[in-house]
Amino acid sequence: MTRSIYLDHHATTPLDPRALEAMTPYFTEEFGNASSSTHDWGHRAAEAVKKARGAVAGLIGADADEIVFTAGATESNNLAVAGGARSRARAGRGRHLITTAIEHKSVLLTMGALQEEGFGLTVIPPDAEGIVTADAIRSALRPDTVLVSVTAACGEMGALQPVDAIGALCREHGTLFHTDATQLVGKLPYDVDAVPTDLLSLSAHKIYGPKGVGALYVRRGVDPLPVIIGGGQEFGLRSGTLNVPGIVGLGATCAFRREEMHAEAERLTALRTDLWRAIRENIPGVVLNGSERRRLPGNLNVSFTGCDGEALIMALSEFALSSGSACQSAKKIPSEVLLALGREPGVARAAVRFGLGKSTRREDLDLLVRRLIEEVTRLRSLAPQIA
Amino acid sequence: MRGYSDLAADHFRHPRNAGELPGANGVGTAGNPADGDHLRLAVRIENGRIVAAAFQTLGCPAAIAAGSMATELLRGRTVDEALRLRNRDVVAALGGLPPGKEACSVLAEEAVRAAVENYRIGAGGFRSHPHHEEHHA
Repeated sequence: MTRSIYLDHHATTPLDPRALEAMTPYFTEEFGNASSSTHDWGHRAAEAVKKARGAVAGLIGADADEIVFTAGATESNNLAVAGGARSRARAGRGRHLITTAIEHKSVLLTMGALQEEGFGLTVIPPDAEGIVTADAIRSALRPDTVLVSVTAACGEMGALQPVDAIGALCREHGTLFHTDATQLVGKLPYDVDAVPTDLLSLSAHKIYGPKGVGALYVRRGVDPLPVIIGGGQEFGLRSGTLNVPGIVGLGATCAFRREEMHAEAERLTALRTDLWRAIRENIPGVVLNGSERRRLPGNLNVSFTGCDGEALIMALSEFALSSGSACQSAKKIPSEVLLALGREPGVARAAVRFGLGKSTRREDLDLLVRRLIEEVTRLRSLAPQIA
Repeated sequence: MRGYSDLAADHFRHPRNAGELPGANGVGTAGNPADGDHLRLAVRIENGRIVAAAFQTLGCPAAIAAGSMATELLRGRTVDEALRLRNRDVVAALGGLPPGKEACSVLAEEAVRAAVENYRIGAGGFRSHPHHEEHHA
């Protein structure tokens, strides 16, 4: 069976072979525990971790000692949100939190768990373009707001959020600002000083690194309470023996992304723009979900009205696609993110997410458009005509 | 198509009896187009038996496969037998559906019932045997 053309780069990406090469020795001959201070095996592992920490920091304009390695973005989000909120509450700063309706579940459900601990929560919906405005955050801020968490870019419909304005607002207000930048870091430039950021989550496998490793940027002076406790690794913020090969892979991919992301963003933006134009010009009844201009380079999310998105995805079996709301796709529930944008349930259910990445070639997208025309036509012809 | 039997996948890719049904005398719908989940099923009943059935749907792969299979299962059934068709029968005939997708076949069952009811109340358009429902009263 031939493999399908991979267009689901928001879900995960293939490991950069250069990152694999950097990682490989740390599985076998360089197996030392980075916390072992009494011998050279430990020292060499610690040195590799130090280099990776510098590379991750370099990608986002941070200092190396502001990078905490974790097992991925879910863990980073848990630590940032729960740890940040509990730390500020313990200091008597208040118990109110703000987030948005377009966050990943690892933010939203952590917020929900904090509500059960007695925190107040305000969830801000996006506008019709999928953007949460700084004004909307401003009107939700209260004197007792201790943490605001806004994604840098929505993984489902790709809209870039005005984190620069929101971060500045939080800084001015004295509120911790966390951003889940999992879908943006390594694809577009981000600087934790240009965007006043206290906490930032990132993941390796979304940017051609290995699965099971990520990081949390923690601005110096910000002191989240740890979620995982034990041996006190990672400045006491994330206990557990360090995943040295994974961390080396994350560092390697961050170094490559820093050099290569600008050209790749330009290439993917051009491909994405042309894909949307071809869809719009050849298929009637299509709706773009999320801002046309302010979006991730490789993201396109389109509702093909009069079709079921899942049916279209399955019909296009020579392409690996998803709707973007994987957790819900087994149930008959339309995407909460698209409903939050104000889409009708039928339009939300008609959505398909196209996730372009390094392997995407123009001819793949030409074929995709031809097949979309065929399958949208077929599925629409199956649907009852509504008088 | 992970989780779908070969038969269910085939019914999705090549639906049987899709489209309008010429000479239909019972039509029923289920679901709601605004929710993106809608199935319309038409039957032609002669002498108390379904001689032809067709469906149209805006729905997920399971709804399409179930609509297709339902039309196959209906052919030759009496009206009473048609009313006894349950979504589990459709799912079984398809060789099962992925977990969580069985519910999507309920639309087909509902539409079958609605089509037969529509036939019984005589709103289904042309009827070749207007009095046969006495047999089923």
